Amino acid sequence: MSAGTLYDKVWQLHQVAELADGATQLFIGLHLIHEVTSPQAFAGLKELNLQVRHPERTVATVDHIVPTSSQARPFTDPLAEEMLATLERNCSENGITLHGLGSGRQGIVHVIAPELGLTQPGMTVACGDSHTSTHGAFGAIAFGIGTSQVRDVLASQSLAMAKLKVRRIWVDGSLQAGVYAKDLVLHIIRLLGVQKGVGYAHEFAGPAIDALSMEERMTICNMAIEGGARCGYVNPDATTFTYLKNREYAPSGEAWGRAVAWWSQLASGSDALFDDEVVVDASNIAPTVTWGISPGQGVGVDEMIPTLEQIAEEERPLAEEAYRYMDLQAGAAIAGTPVDVCFIGSCTNGRLSDLRAAAAVAKGGQVAAGIKAFVVPGSEQVARAAEQEGLDQLFRAAGFEWREPGCSMCLAMNPDRLEGRQISASSSNRNFKGRQGSASGRTLLMSPAMVAAAAIKGCVTDVRTLLNK
Amino acid sequence: MNNSYPQGAITSISGKAVVLSGNNIDTDRIIPARFLKCVSFDGLGAQVFADDRKEAGEHPFDKAENQGANILFVNRNFGCGSSREHAPQALMRWGIRAVVAESFAEIFYGNCLALGIPCLIANQTTALQLQEEANQNPKPIFNLDIKTATVSAAGKSWNLELAGGSQQMLLSGRWDGTAQLIANNEALNKTASALPYLNNFQ
Repeated sequence: MSAGTLYDKVWQLHQVAELADGATQLFIGLHLIHEVTSPQAFAGLKELNLQVRHPERTVATVDHIVPTSSQARPFTDPLAEEMLATLERNCSENGITLHGLGSGRQGIVHVIAPELGLTQPGMTVACGDSHTSTHGAFGAIAFGIGTSQVRDVLASQSLAMAKLKVRRIWVDGSLQAGVYAKDLVLHIIRLLGVQKGVGYAHEFAGPAIDALSMEERMTICNMAIEGGARCGYVNPDATTFTYLKNREYAPSGEAWGRAVAWWSQLASGSDALFDDEVVVDASNIAPTVTWGISPGQGVGVDEMIPTLEQIAEEERPLAEEAYRYMDLQAGAAIAGTPVDVCFIGSCTNGRLSDLRAAAAVAKGGQVAAGIKAFVVPGSEQVARAAEQEGLDQLFRAAGFEWREPGCSMCLAMNPDRLEGRQISASSSNRNFKGRQGSASGRTLLMSPAMVAAAAIKGCVTDVRTLLNK
Repeated sequence: MNNSYPQGAITSISGKAVVLSGNNIDTDRIIPARFLKCVSFDGLGAQVFADDRKEAGEHPFDKAENQGANILFVNRNFGCGSSREHAPQALMRWGIRAVVAESFAEIFYGNCLALGIPCLIANQTTALQLQEEANQNPKPIFNLDIKTATVSAAGKSWNLELAGGSQQMLLSGRWDGTAQLIANNEALNKTASALPYLNNFQ
């Protein structure tokens, strides 16, 4: 199956060999690295006395551990400083380009590679980070890997992989005003669950996907992994090409026309075969918020937190654990849930259009008393573009902190974290127990506009009520 | 803690099993992000499930009878979330040498295989029976056979699933795949030379 899909075509182009044990050796077109999952890979390479095979196909940045309030070196945290220094040394010793702090190109790896034009249709993209699925928005086959595999890509520019099945998720209709790509993907995960994607690449297609901008498509593909799919993608089209044109690493001159022609024929054909298909209607989706400890535990902001009876039997133990951990009441409205911290940023929602959507809600308002609200641009480019539009001033005037780029409180490997039982409204991607840096901290996932609404009102609020004023 | 890590062909694993019940146990729980601030995996064994182990009630990894266990019995979608290899590294450094689940998250599965830690699938009935058996007092010794993909204890035996490719990689010792990948030098060059985006789209 999967013949005629983009996945199948890209897979075939990158097949190097069939390995003795049945896996395929797959060439990796673009390898992205960062400070957290690469040091042990470089150490492993040294141990095996191997060189980096294609240093020009690996690109590095620093994102997970960087502080977002002051990025002055050395960092206050000596462990963070050591990790960055190690990355700098590994890149310099191996001839790898590092887009470091203050370079104008630094940022979250899944934000900078697209904005620099590094990510292109038809590539295989690997990175030691599960949200590498983001790059599938361009019609690339992109997936997260572990550190041993980072070592393998450094050594051979390839990986031993098993081919995935392909599920098409066809999205009909169009999103209502105040409903964003984040709501759509949270809704899809709510419908399909967090395990359904295991063993599959998810192709997102249909009129509602065609209508999305590249940044919105990145939000969708970013969270493919939260639905269990290691890789998610959208077929490249005019939206893709327009986005890429004139980007720093995109093809230019005569090569541009040839590139567009090649990219265009990669899209899944009308005769493509899928291993599975699912149809979703975008028209009736409400702004969606998670109430539990798994990204699949979401509800529309106008709904109640489901009761045990409303939950499939096999999901009940997790729901009971979620009620206890979140200290939220089954059957109560999710709207009105008080929050302590509001975080706008991450590889899911830290791009310019995300900040604009949040700013449109924050404009003229004031962060509610006692709430800590902060905005972390996904990259230096995003930060400078937002500042040029005055978004930083707008946010500051409304009582939000304006920070420097990094992964920040999405995973709290830096000074940004929840304290104790604090509950956050967060535009990030995971609401796992302890995810945001406190072992008892709680996370409500939602769109950046919804986070801004929660900051202004002090509790979970349907952003549509603020936008319609 | 067991400091001798998998090497070469892996044909069987024998030992006590520790049970962690529940679906969707993610890698943030296996190893919280703050422990990823390291340039070596060495210290991770003591930090496995660090936050879960502080919660009320004795965590299975802290129970006296589970010390020295080397097989982990879990439920569905084990290892979901972050791609951090720190998760299987932490389990391995605590002592785990094989995992039996109803299903695994893919990146976690691949990370385990790259360390020589077999991940086998049990159907729901088997998974529950194994968990019950593992919690008997005294703790039984399980014998996990990679070639037949079976696990046995106390005179009983259960069939598991192990993907053909993974099984051969473990049995042949080729689970540490770097050597195989770099050996195909010419094929790598050939693939690269045919990729339009590496050749100015000519």
